[in-house]
Amino acid sequence: MVVPERSLRRDASDMTAHAKDLAVDVRGLRKQYGDVTAVDGIDLGIRQGEVFGLLGPNGAGKTTTVEILQGNRSRDAGEVSVLGVDPETATRAWRSRVGIVWQDESAPAELTVRETVRHFSRYYRRPRDPEEVIGLVGLQEKAGSRIKALSGGQRRRLDVALGVIGGPELLLLDEPTTGFDPAARRQFWELIRKLADEGTTILLTTHYLEEAEALAHRLAVVAHGHVVAEGEPAALRDRHGSEATVEWTEPDGTPRSEHTKTPTRTVAELTHRFDGEIPGLRVSRPTLEDVYLRLTGQENAR
Amino acid sequence: MTTTTVRARGERTGERLPGAWELGLQRGAIEIKQFFRQRDQVMFTFAFPVVFLFLFASIFSDDVEGAGITASQLYVPAMMAAGLMSTSFQSLGISIAIERDEKVLRRLRGTPMPPAAYFLGKIWLVLVTGFLETAILLAVGTTLYDVDLPSDMGKWFDLGWIFVLGLTACALLGIAISSVPKSAKSATSVVVLPFLVLQFISGVYIPVDSIPDWMVTISALFPLKWMCQGLRGVFLPESSRVLEQAGEWEFGRVALVLAAWCVAGLLLCLMTFRWKTRRDG
Repeated sequence: MVVPERSLRRDASDMTAHAKDLAVDVRGLRKQYGDVTAVDGIDLGIRQGEVFGLLGPNGAGKTTTVEILQGNRSRDAGEVSVLGVDPETATRAWRSRVGIVWQDESAPAELTVRETVRHFSRYYRRPRDPEEVIGLVGLQEKAGSRIKALSGGQRRRLDVALGVIGGPELLLLDEPTTGFDPAARRQFWELIRKLADEGTTILLTTHYLEEAEALAHRLAVVAHGHVVAEGEPAALRDRHGSEATVEWTEPDGTPRSEHTKTPTRTVAELTHRFDGEIPGLRVSRPTLEDVYLRLTGQENAR
Repeated sequence: MTTTTVRARGERTGERLPGAWELGLQRGAIEIKQFFRQRDQVMFTFAFPVVFLFLFASIFSDDVEGAGITASQLYVPAMMAAGLMSTSFQSLGISIAIERDEKVLRRLRGTPMPPAAYFLGKIWLVLVTGFLETAILLAVGTTLYDVDLPSDMGKWFDLGWIFVLGLTACALLGIAISSVPKSAKSATSVVVLPFLVLQFISGVYIPVDSIPDWMVTISALFPLKWMCQGLRGVFLPESSRVLEQAGEWEFGRVALVLAAWCVAGLLLCLMTFRWKTRRDG
């Protein structure tokens, strides 16, 4: 039984103080499509200025959750507050404070990058400078190119540009780096860090562990429409992966291993037994990926 | 109190979001740019009614008995009306369904752009393409088929309001019908069928006096019949009034029906417009 960190924290008397710090506050969110329950009671609390990762396998309910936060999908039950407003009653003023980057790109093919970014900037009250945003996503060399001539990764970067052109307080990114090559992904991470440094609250869904670990201050692991774990990446690993593995080789050549919460004690015992060097000694902690696969019930996939 | 600072930043009243009219102009400019960059679409949009005018006016060119005109002359205003409806109703009905399928609309919905700005942009696009279409048909009609340009200002004025009202009504209906097809794939059939039927019963392909009365009565519920009739009033001699059901051009009624469709079309758009496909919920 996994107890989400937040539910413990919520029990504290400072709950009201917390609620006011939250850019996104979701409780008991539910959404069904016919017989399929996509979101089955999700709770989320994203603090102002935080980069929050929503991690989970395909079909876990990530996209549905994000779409509900965007105000683009209705919910069946639960309370949702995004920047203090229920997205179902979203006004233009609210939309101008929330930037969205969708999973699939959709920019007008016949326009150039510059025309598109400039045009979208006009929808906002106080947009960022279009040229600066084009530079921010690394498209300055493609600014005069038609969108149809861009590569997949370049189009995704344009999507990000359109998501941040309004200078949003909250940025919702749904699997933003799917289809990026490793260099483009690193570049994208830099962009996210830059935006986070400027104070933008960021929610990103991903199924790349390294991405979540590199970017997110906190993350929630979602599986089958539930949050199965939540917290800082390192804390998650400690909490859900506290058992270390000690491996060594017996004098007769048989490899042995032991899962233990007290690897030091095991090693001490072995030292005693071998009276010196332990052949083939290896002590390993589970990676975040091991933890993730276990939490989402995909352990056997390894 | 962090909440108050957040609110203050987002809902500062001193700065207003850009208005729908202003953004509508911006949308119009971007729509026109996109349209003219798609060469094949431009070609077919403009060529379609011209080809039809050429076919019908060349095949049926006899004098119309007792009306003092030829059948060819009759086809010029008819094809102009059909051309207006094809650049507005048909183009928008299909292209918006495609935009919806490609999630262009959903993206717009994720910005603070007011929905009215999107509709306005489409109307600007259609006014420009409709104007060009009309000019081309008029050029063909005056050079090949003995149609004269209006001789007095009154007729030019009539042409002006029939153009604006008819085009706007058809554009709004096109925007509205774009929500009917489930996907871009079925959009063409969903949009073309009613347009084709209307062309047959509104006096585009077949003169109104050869169509059964009950069909004309049905067509009188929609804009196309009145656009045809009004344009005949602008371009044909008074002697040909005898061909009309009422024996008159009925400009007043034309204006009334087209204006009513502009209002009804707008309401329909505002009430039924979908930003996402049905499978996207």
